[in-house]
Amino acid sequence: LSTDSTTGARDHARSHVRTATMRIPATPPDVDPSRLLWAEAVPPGSYATRVLGRGTRLRLIDPDGGACAHLLLFRSEAPWERLNVADTMKVPWQAYLGAGHPLLSDQGRVLATVVADSSGHHDTLCGMTDAGGAKMLLAAIKHGLDIRDVAPSVSLFKGVRVGDDGTLGFTGSAGSGASVDLLPWWLRWSTPPTRWTPTRRSPASMCWPGAPAISSPPPSTTVPNTCVPC
Amino acid sequence: MTTTELTSVCEEVVDACAPWSAIVRAGQTLQIIDLHGNQAVDTLLYGVSGNQVDHTLRYSAQATVAAQRNIFLSTGSVLRAADGTPLMTIVADDVGNHDTIAGACSKESNTLRYGHHTVHQHACAENFLAEGAKWGLGKRDIVSNINFFMNVPVEADGTLGIDDGLSAAGKSLSLRADRDTLVLVSNCPQINNPCNGFDPTPVRMVISARCSSPKRLIAAQ
Repeated sequence: LSTDSTTGARDHARSHVRTATMRIPATPPDVDPSRLLWAEAVPPGSYATRVLGRGTRLRLIDPDGGACAHLLLFRSEAPWERLNVADTMKVPWQAYLGAGHPLLSDQGRVLATVVADSSGHHDTLCGMTDAGGAKMLLAAIKHGLDIRDVAPSVSLFKGVRVGDDGTLGFTGSAGSGASVDLLPWWLRWSTPPTRWTPTRRSPASMCWPGAPAISSPPPSTTVPNTCVPC
Repeated sequence: MTTTELTSVCEEVVDACAPWSAIVRAGQTLQIIDLHGNQAVDTLLYGVSGNQVDHTLRYSAQATVAAQRNIFLSTGSVLRAADGTPLMTIVADDVGNHDTIAGACSKESNTLRYGHHTVHQHACAENFLAEGAKWGLGKRDIVSNINFFMNVPVEADGTLGIDDGLSAAGKSLSLRADRDTLVLVSNCPQINNPCNGFDPTPVRMVISARCSSPKRLIAAQ
């Protein structure tokens, strides 16, 4: 197609849409497709942000076992309240993320809870790579935030363990197909994945209202209910 | 003839439970002395240009831990900003390990750890906000900090907690500024865990500079 005229350029541009292959992740078998709100493959080195309503379940999937998804959480209507990784470890007396672990804000509230985790290889100690931090800064700026809001982060799908002498051991990936489900509890938005190791396919994020596998009220955590606003 | 020796340029006692801050210029040394033993000194660092605090260059516990591949801080630990820039280096340490993963106590987290009755007890987050505001720092500038003299081991199963301290009366550590750095401190007021031996106490801060001997300078005049 020629692009030497406006109409030619338009036809050329529109032809891309007809031939492009959209890599929308398949809906998992345990999710009702009619309730799916968002499904997206996030390529290596890229990022995504979403405002998620309370009770909307977010699943992050590492299809090839090569992903590392850095995560920041903010209370959406008051982003000065944000994920605090120290309290996320200290309050449950547990450094390693897993199912049931609350992701806490600096105001003593649960922004989201890890409600399912088939990986177990995560990290709250080492933070982002420089490239990940640069993408997270872009994500923050899009929401009217700046570098001061790019605070310590959680990393999913790449594990770290601490030895007796404090030495860090890197346990890598749990393998292909691992997933983590987060259930936002207070209000927040999130900025997922950048990756350490490029692989053929991309990690996926998806969310849907309600939580079919979770009974109501939201899952109990180690945090006393009296301190969580309802 | 020029000789250099360490000369104190600032010496202050920080009251129990109180905040403190000072700019330590590149090459100067800050010694923190645990006067009575087992007193957690919560600390944040920010780069400074002139007397202007650089909001973009702040201490990063994660960058520091990742670079040294160890969660404990001791002699040789380089305290870094998020982009890896060295802010200060620990050049002497009588204790052996200091925490940087457990963060600061806050009224809000105290209610989760110890019960809602602690909500109006003083906390490090309050000290950081009050003292940081003097330098134009706000809540967004407060991140995971260092807890000097605080002992936080991580067990094999991931259990972590604030255990009895390894420090003792008179023990100290020294930090060399690798660039002009604002040091923001909360002398921890926590009374619900052993980080202050359940009894917050004062600490001493000594900033020293390497410079020509003052006595020699006076003699030369």
